[in-house]
Amino acid sequence: MPMTSRQSTERMSRGLDAPICLTWELTYGCNLACVHCLSSSGRRDPRELTTSELFGVVDELEAMQVFYVNIGGGEPTLRPDFWDLLDYCVDHHVGVKFSTNGSRITTRAAERIAATDYIDVQISIDGADASTNDAVRGRGSFDVALSAMRNLADAGFAGFKVSVVVTRHNVDQLDEFAALAASYDAQLRLTRLRPSGRGADVWDDLHVTAEQQRVLYRWLLDHPDTLTGDSFFHLSALGEPLPGLNLCGAGRIVCLIDPIGDVYACPFVLHDQFKAGSIRAAGGFTKVWRESALFTELREPGSAGACASCGSYDACQGGCMAAKFFTGIPLDGPDPECVHGHGEAALLAAAAGRPASVPGHTRNGPVPISIGRRPA
Amino acid sequence: MPAYALHPQVGLRPERFGALAYHYGNRRLTFLNDEKLVIVVQTVHEYDDVDGALAAAEVPEDNWPVYRVALARLAESEVLTCR
Repeated sequence: MPMTSRQSTERMSRGLDAPICLTWELTYGCNLACVHCLSSSGRRDPRELTTSELFGVVDELEAMQVFYVNIGGGEPTLRPDFWDLLDYCVDHHVGVKFSTNGSRITTRAAERIAATDYIDVQISIDGADASTNDAVRGRGSFDVALSAMRNLADAGFAGFKVSVVVTRHNVDQLDEFAALAASYDAQLRLTRLRPSGRGADVWDDLHVTAEQQRVLYRWLLDHPDTLTGDSFFHLSALGEPLPGLNLCGAGRIVCLIDPIGDVYACPFVLHDQFKAGSIRAAGGFTKVWRESALFTELREPGSAGACASCGSYDACQGGCMAAKFFTGIPLDGPDPECVHGHGEAALLAAAAGRPASVPGHTRNGPVPISIGRRPA
Repeated sequence: MPAYALHPQVGLRPERFGALAYHYGNRRLTFLNDEKLVIVVQTVHEYDDVDGALAAAEVPEDNWPVYRVALARLAESEVLTCR
């Protein structure tokens, strides 16, 4: 029987010959210092891939028929060879979606992006107004992002993404985010706050409450066109499954290449335990994806562990591996944000042993922002 | 019966379960979970109509109605274009 479906199939979890969703962080350098940065970015790393190494990765992706890459950082546009890399990707039939804080999306850059179908852009904001956003992303960052959005819209580039990490302080602005995106003819993308990188330091204060999770779940069901990177699949345990893939894709359909060429199971687990190899080793990325011991293990059927007796396991699959790992919960334990409340006890028992995310590239000196409550 | 062709902006990647189709224009990913369907999608432009492609791919005639519906869906999601 033929089937066409954008939903998951059981076969998917056993791994694909090439990733569907490959995140490629080009640099640890960033001109912002967001409090929840997954990769603890700030300073560039002297070991970052050279331009010719970047091109070599693209050659491999073309041969593997990877349709597109999600480029990020750090702030990827800070690399002087960023635009050359985009051209190289397009010339080699690898589509690009890149995430940026917008600081380099000038009128000219926007026109360049609008000129090709193969490039998509994601502008990050974490509040629907300057005070909510800037408390997380730094002073002035909201206006910078809006100016980038205006440049893209003026260049006639419809459908770019406005990307928001949902937090305790912005979760009541979902309608405002949707309206903001619509006003630029853009699409809203919401993702889950992970306790990874510097996010580990702020997760306790910023992650959404149990009640907010229920509101978010209903909002997502009411707005099925909202992009999520399928990151809220743990909420599917509340009832009707959310649209998209309701499983952890780490090492199966997703992985991360970091700025120095190390390959991790997903963008949220920059830690030695989830490092599968390096693109600099013999066999390159292809060999890491197809043969690494870590990815082979991740593709084995998982154990439900502590969640085996829970009736919702089929819906949430035990939640997010990274969220568990960086909050000190065993990987076969419940998600720290388990909608049935099983995460809270697990967190209490585990709080002593939270692993540090490595490597860190936070700039020296204090991060010039503090987390504030959104003004009433 | 309509005549189809793979959309020029769609890339097709073989996988163990069938194939993945990615549309570079609307950026949608579609799973083709059947090897015969993949063959039909790859060769349908060579035939005057869908049935010719189904016959050539050795799809049993009893299954043709299901394949016709699947192909129509692929046309709706712009994996295929109508010629």
